[in-house]
Amino acid sequence: MANREDIMAKISELIGPFNNKGVALTPETTFQGDLEWDSLTVMDFVAAVEDEFDIIITMNMQADIESVGQLSDAVAKLMEN
Amino acid sequence: MTDLLSKFDPLIHERETLLATGVKDPFSLVMEEVISPTVAICEGRETILLGTYNYMGMTFDDDVRQAGLKALEEFGSGTTGSRVLNGTYSLHRDCEEALKEFYDMDHAMVFSTGYQANLGIISTLAGKGDYVILDIDSHASIYDGCAMGNAEIVAFRHNDVEALEKRLKRLPPEAGKLVVLEGVYSMLGDVAPLKEMVRICKENGAMVLVDEAHSMGFIGENGRGVCEAQGVIDDVDFIIGTFSKSVGTVGGFCVSNHPKTEILRLVCRPYVFTASLPPSVMATASTSIRKLMHSGNKRAHLWENSKKLHQGLRDLGFTLGTPEAQSAIIAVIMPDLEKGAMMWQALLAEGLYVNLARPPATPANMTLLRCSLCAEHTSEQVDQILGMFEAAGKAVGAI
Repeated sequence: MANREDIMAKISELIGPFNNKGVALTPETTFQGDLEWDSLTVMDFVAAVEDEFDIIITMNMQADIESVGQLSDAVAKLMEN
Repeated sequence: MTDLLSKFDPLIHERETLLATGVKDPFSLVMEEVISPTVAICEGRETILLGTYNYMGMTFDDDVRQAGLKALEEFGSGTTGSRVLNGTYSLHRDCEEALKEFYDMDHAMVFSTGYQANLGIISTLAGKGDYVILDIDSHASIYDGCAMGNAEIVAFRHNDVEALEKRLKRLPPEAGKLVVLEGVYSMLGDVAPLKEMVRICKENGAMVLVDEAHSMGFIGENGRGVCEAQGVIDDVDFIIGTFSKSVGTVGGFCVSNHPKTEILRLVCRPYVFTASLPPSVMATASTSIRKLMHSGNKRAHLWENSKKLHQGLRDLGFTLGTPEAQSAIIAVIMPDLEKGAMMWQALLAEGLYVNLARPPATPANMTLLRCSLCAEHTSEQVDQILGMFEAAGKAVGAI
């Protein structure tokens, strides 16, 4: 089972191709505010995360995920289940 | 006091900026007279209609209009009540019979609009703990049905069979699953790969709902839609449709062979808590649906129109939403909203009405000039339309 650091590292890697502004990533980095992603980018990124960890992040869950740290926590929790 | 409308300031500003460039407001056109399914008077000028959903041109059909007039005389102007109280007349039942005949299915429920049919059926079928799996480009009524219910919502990339399959396989096998698809996606006019998708849904224990709003009457041998054309209609659990497109009036419906369909009449809130459609609307709908069953020639002519317009626009150098004509909708992709609005206005000045579509209605933030053809457009009108596109496109520098 992957730990939170590993998950965070993997997520940072997945953010790479979508990080057009080269924003430095911390757990507090937000997708909409800091990375300035539109809904289409969000969808492509979510699909990449889902495929990487073999999970489903429902739209209901996505509504509560704003930052890289929150996403890592959500992924860790989904992988436990 | 906080002005609750201040959240719309960015949109107000965007509209003011656009209108300041001198273009007409594309979202407040008025049709002063309607001559036929394909011609209206807009701002005193005769205008060819290429942006309606009147695919089969039924709005002015003599039998349809006569049926409406008769019902208006005999049953009055409205029902003033819910379908489950005083709002079911014999005409509502007859309309449901017409739908059962049209689709060769066991059950039909008529809603007051197509929007309410999606809203009601999706929110009622998928409850807490269930999953709705939908295409990311789904119509607003599908998203709103999801928002109204308590199910978990899972989106997949537009028309991506593999993305759908992966997601279905990741969901708990025992959970209730409803996959919501559309036959024709209305923005680009592209068709869904229903044959593969429906098979995958069945293999993974999901029920399937297909919205055939933009294909009814036109696509499929009997006009039953894309699921008929692709040979999977028997595996689809629910078909949602509307009367406001090919049928030529207003209203929505759900048809199904599911033996428990009738219970939905009592538990589906957008069905129960609203007034039923007026008798004249039911009579026009039933008459039109029965005529659409035998409209093979009109279907063939509409395909000719669609293919001709698609080829012609491509030859003129426009970028289109699909590589070939897949439905009666041909979407011309414009570089941005300002150019789109200029082109829209130039076309209107030429005497042609098309739909200007913009985000959030459109996928990928596109601005589209959506052309929807009618079986009553003559081949000569399509030639005229192409001439107008050429003149307008050159005038605004779009081609």
